[in-house]
Amino acid sequence: MRVKWTNVEPCCVFCLIQGGSDDERKHCKLLEAISEGDKIHLSDLIGTLDKTPSALIKTKKQLKNLQHNQSTLETPLTRKETEKIQREVAFEKTSKEVSRWQSVVLQNQKAEQLVFPLNQEPSGPKRIEQVVAGWKAQTPLEQEIFSLLRMNKQPLHDPVLTPTEEASLRAMSLEEAKIRRAELQKTRVLQSYYEAKAKRGKRIKSKKYHRIQKKVMRKEYLKQFDEMVKTDPAAALEELKKMELSRMKERMSLKHQNSGKWAKSKAIMAKYDDGARKAMQKQLEVNKDLTQKLVIPADEDEEDEEESAETLPDFVNDVEPILDQVNPWMRGKLSTEPMMEESNRLHPPVWPREVGKPGEGRDDQEEDEEQMEETEEESLLRGFEERRKLRQTEDVKVAPMTMEENDGKVIDIKAEILEISDDDEEAVEISDDEEALEVSDDEEAGLSNFTSLFHGLVNHMEPPADQPKAGPGLGQGESPALLEEGLVRVRTLEDVELLSQDISASDTALLTTRDLGTEETDTQSATQQADKKRKKMIDPNEVLTKEAKVIEMPLAPTAVEDVEDKEEQRVIIKEAFAGDDVISDFLKDKRKQEEAGRPKVIDLTLPGWGEWGGLGLQPSRSKRKRFRVKVAPPPPRQDQKLPNIIIAEKRDSSIAAHQVCQLPFPFENPIQFERTIRSPVGRTWNTQNTVQKITAPKVVTQLGAIIEPIAREDLIKDIRQAVTGPSINLESDQGPQKKRRSQQKKKHKRKKN
Amino acid sequence: MFNSIPQKSDPFPGSAPVPEEKLNKFKRGVKGELPPRPQYKLRDVVIRSEAASDLAQKQNARYDLMLPEDAGFLEGDEDEDTCTISQDDIVDAVDITAGAKYFSLTLSQFGPYRLDYSKTGRHLLLGGRRGHVTCLDWQSKQLMCEMNVMETVNDVKWLHSEALFAVAQKKWLYIYDNKGIELHCIRKFNDVLRMQFLPYHFLLATASATGFLQYLDVSVGKEVVAICTKAGRLDVMAHNPHNAIIHLGHSNGTVTLWTPNQREPLVKMLCHQGGVRSVAVDKTGTYMVTSGMDKKLKVYDIRAYRPLQSYFLPAGASCLSLSQRGLLSAATGDIVQVYRDVWGIPVTKPYMAHRAKGSVWGVHFCPFEDVLGVGHGEGFTSMVVPGAGEPNFDGLDANPYRSAKQRQEWEVKALLEKIQPELIGLDPSQLSQVDHSTWEQRHVDRVQVLGFDPLAKEKFTPRLKTKGRSSSGKVEKRKKQVAHEDQRDVIRQTVEDRMKIDKERKEKEKKKAAAAGQKSALDRFRK
Repeated sequence: MRVKWTNVEPCCVFCLIQGGSDDERKHCKLLEAISEGDKIHLSDLIGTLDKTPSALIKTKKQLKNLQHNQSTLETPLTRKETEKIQREVAFEKTSKEVSRWQSVVLQNQKAEQLVFPLNQEPSGPKRIEQVVAGWKAQTPLEQEIFSLLRMNKQPLHDPVLTPTEEASLRAMSLEEAKIRRAELQKTRVLQSYYEAKAKRGKRIKSKKYHRIQKKVMRKEYLKQFDEMVKTDPAAALEELKKMELSRMKERMSLKHQNSGKWAKSKAIMAKYDDGARKAMQKQLEVNKDLTQKLVIPADEDEEDEEESAETLPDFVNDVEPILDQVNPWMRGKLSTEPMMEESNRLHPPVWPREVGKPGEGRDDQEEDEEQMEETEEESLLRGFEERRKLRQTEDVKVAPMTMEENDGKVIDIKAEILEISDDDEEAVEISDDEEALEVSDDEEAGLSNFTSLFHGLVNHMEPPADQPKAGPGLGQGESPALLEEGLVRVRTLEDVELLSQDISASDTALLTTRDLGTEETDTQSATQQADKKRKKMIDPNEVLTKEAKVIEMPLAPTAVEDVEDKEEQRVIIKEAFAGDDVISDFLKDKRKQEEAGRPKVIDLTLPGWGEWGGLGLQPSRSKRKRFRVKVAPPPPRQDQKLPNIIIAEKRDSSIAAHQVCQLPFPFENPIQFERTIRSPVGRTWNTQNTVQKITAPKVVTQLGAIIEPIAREDLIKDIRQAVTGPSINLESDQGPQKKRRSQQKKKHKRKKN
Repeated sequence: MFNSIPQKSDPFPGSAPVPEEKLNKFKRGVKGELPPRPQYKLRDVVIRSEAASDLAQKQNARYDLMLPEDAGFLEGDEDEDTCTISQDDIVDAVDITAGAKYFSLTLSQFGPYRLDYSKTGRHLLLGGRRGHVTCLDWQSKQLMCEMNVMETVNDVKWLHSEALFAVAQKKWLYIYDNKGIELHCIRKFNDVLRMQFLPYHFLLATASATGFLQYLDVSVGKEVVAICTKAGRLDVMAHNPHNAIIHLGHSNGTVTLWTPNQREPLVKMLCHQGGVRSVAVDKTGTYMVTSGMDKKLKVYDIRAYRPLQSYFLPAGASCLSLSQRGLLSAATGDIVQVYRDVWGIPVTKPYMAHRAKGSVWGVHFCPFEDVLGVGHGEGFTSMVVPGAGEPNFDGLDANPYRSAKQRQEWEVKALLEKIQPELIGLDPSQLSQVDHSTWEQRHVDRVQVLGFDPLAKEKFTPRLKTKGRSSSGKVEKRKKQVAHEDQRDVIRQTVEDRMKIDKERKEKEKKKAAAAGQKSALDRFRK
């Protein structure tokens, strides 16, 4: 279509060039030109429509729909509703706006001290340029100096720092560093979240999920690979290599080869169930796909051959030779013999004990087993070596000790040790490949035997050396022996004797302790009984019984006191007689006070009411009992256990007017509040500095300065400041933080529990 | 090794550590656990206050008196009791200024004297029974005033400063200034026998022959309260400097404790079988010493009301006085004995003894000086008692060397910091506690209004689970589990505490053992 139009174009251009002499002629010429050129048919024009019918159809459909659709337009919402919607939208908008201030407000609420106006200029020396704004170098000397300075890049205004230094200072301020740190922290946290998520995903047991996941991954990978082929062929090649590797792995493994438990079960079902059959086939297909060699165009021929060789034995790895003719996928099976050969080739040494079918997939397992066994052997060997060393050292140890004692026994023991070790070796020989567990058990048993023997030996040898020191009591050397009682093997009569001694000693010790305990308990119980027996009444003999110590006096008073003789006499007489009287008076007083403090029983019985009433008639006992209100007994008196003290129980309420009775806001219980007011604030009890710090005002305003509300521009800045945190620096600021951390730890602990 | 440049590092980095003992000295209250994190506002407040109190404690400990003076005591030669050392010997041995503190005034005319030292210890007030009243700067022996009130004088007492003093005369209570001018005659206070001044409350407490205990607010000149003790003649009185409680001794052997806020005694202690002759309370408010007609001297722990020591004095002690460092002076007839550490190991002999010229009528230790003033029938004796006074004075509280200007300033500050009489109680720290009964009442009301207790611990309600896991048995099981967990927490806490205590104890024992097992240089000669 385009071509045809272009054919027309030159005519038009031609016409235009001709200019507008007379329109009619031109028009005719144009028509002629058109008619003379290649003819354009309508069909040509419409023909294009056939090629792109979708647009037309769409519009057609729309038109049709419009025709069919006879529903009227919805009526507009009422004013009320529209307003409501508008309000909602507006609310959302403004709340979003306002919430931006929230952090600032919270920060200000939390801040220990706020200094207004907020953006104060820093105090201290100002720059010269600020001080003298309109100053210029005028004299030639000045100009020369400034030019010199400029040439050498020396600071002109700020006399301290050069521009490079300033730049370095500006590179990262503390705030920026803090912000950056926060960012880093955030990324780290995000990473950890991601990791946690991945871990969670990994732990999902659903096979279906993983299958789908894998499929998706594979698809993506392929897509990426396709793209990579276009963009980065080198990387793609590497990827290809990787694919090759994976293919090799797949070939080596038994995956997707219908050799697993599932496949076996399906194989049984396959005869009757189409679904099972399909599933198995699918597995094989997957295997095929994975093991298919990728075609690399460079060296096709060689590869092809190899491929044919290699792709063939894929099914071969099937374990079960199921002779089922129905399943078409079973027919292509090769015989097992070549595989056997292969395996033999791989592992020339023959395993004589191996029993069972020489399965095709067995080789891998066998390899593993071999490795395992090797390691086991190694470990065993190592164990032997160690034991040998131990034995040697013990021999060295034992030898000198036994030199003094009887030799024969030592030899015996040695012989046994050797026997045991021989046994061990034998056991190892027997349990060659599969019975590793048993070996270890045996080994352990041997070791324990060995150690027990050793201990027995040592124990046996120690007592004669220690006996004079330790005596028959509980020596230090004997306690481990007691602990390891089970391990000692009694071999000689002497041993038996020793053991009996031990037992008897321990028994006697136990008995003595028991006896002591019983005695103690006896005495205790006796005293308790005595306590119980004691009356609640205070015995006058117990009051003022503290024995007085007589003090010697270097000087004797000579002068007679000035008190009149009569009074002295009287006092002496009183002194002689007073003693008991004073005490009994005091006790009476105390009893009286106690009585007064006891709550009285309230009797609410009324005469009459179901009974005869009148003079001289008492209401019945049951009635009195019923209407007697008993009050809970008061808490025990403070002076309950102090016989010669009376403490008034009446509460002193005068101080209550000065005490706090209502807790301020954040406090919930009195203990919390009491803790915060435990230390005084005043100058009398604190140093000047402390008082200033403790009683610093919450808001500080500069005198005469205009305090303006926070501007929107300051918002971000403020948030940054909040990160740094303006606070009154108390010296011991670190304490609580540390504590906080420790508490967190505690919490974690609890969570674990 | 060779190319590293040796850098000078600070061997003592950071600020100097504050010794533990000093920190403990300024420890106020106990730190507790922080509130949980969700209550962040409360947490912030608590953290801040803890930080502030830590700072205060540390700073106080750091700026505590440095290079404090030590109190020295008399030490006798071998086989020489310190009580046999006479005042003259001491004066011979000490320097001239210390020696000048031993002197006696012979005032035989106006009969036995009672005395009082001002709070700073510079000024002495003497009151003779027969009306002679005099005050003087005893160190410079400068007489401030001297007069005869022409009436029986029962007791004399300095008020808050050396400008005013009170004299309990035969009928009324009088107040004079230091020039001897009578300022007030207080008719509400009659037949006063003994007086005590509570310096931080500006209260003059008087005990009268009619059995009335009265409090006079000196700063406003008003009677605070008059309490009828119903215990007869009150001639034994002391006050506890720690909590400003008045101790009265009675003829029936009891000592009663009083505040101006209660009409009954807070505590009534039976101390002696005979009447009580004298009472004294130590500076820290821990010990009370009493002497009675039964010739016994008893020491009580006044916080627990338990007798600590009991001594028998052959002649009985008529006057007792405790010094700032805890020396006890007891007057028996004409002999003044001074005891050291009567509440510790039981003493058998006095630390010092001195025979006065007449029978002793009043004894008083001078604050911040190693001096004991003795008023007796023949006048007044000032004796030197080494180790009696507190060597380190608080210049802001009681400065013996203050000028007139400083005194004025101190007076204003003291008046501003005056403690109201309502705050007097057995426990002076009660003010820092919340008024529990009111708070509890308020809380009950609040619970009633709300319909639930906002402070109650949330009860565990098991979550509803599906698939038969919320059967009643299972729910019960879960509840039990939670209960067990809580219990385990409690148990764990207690076990931890116990372990901690055990550990500390073991460490202590270990240290002790280490200290005991330390080898001395002479051990090598031991066989």
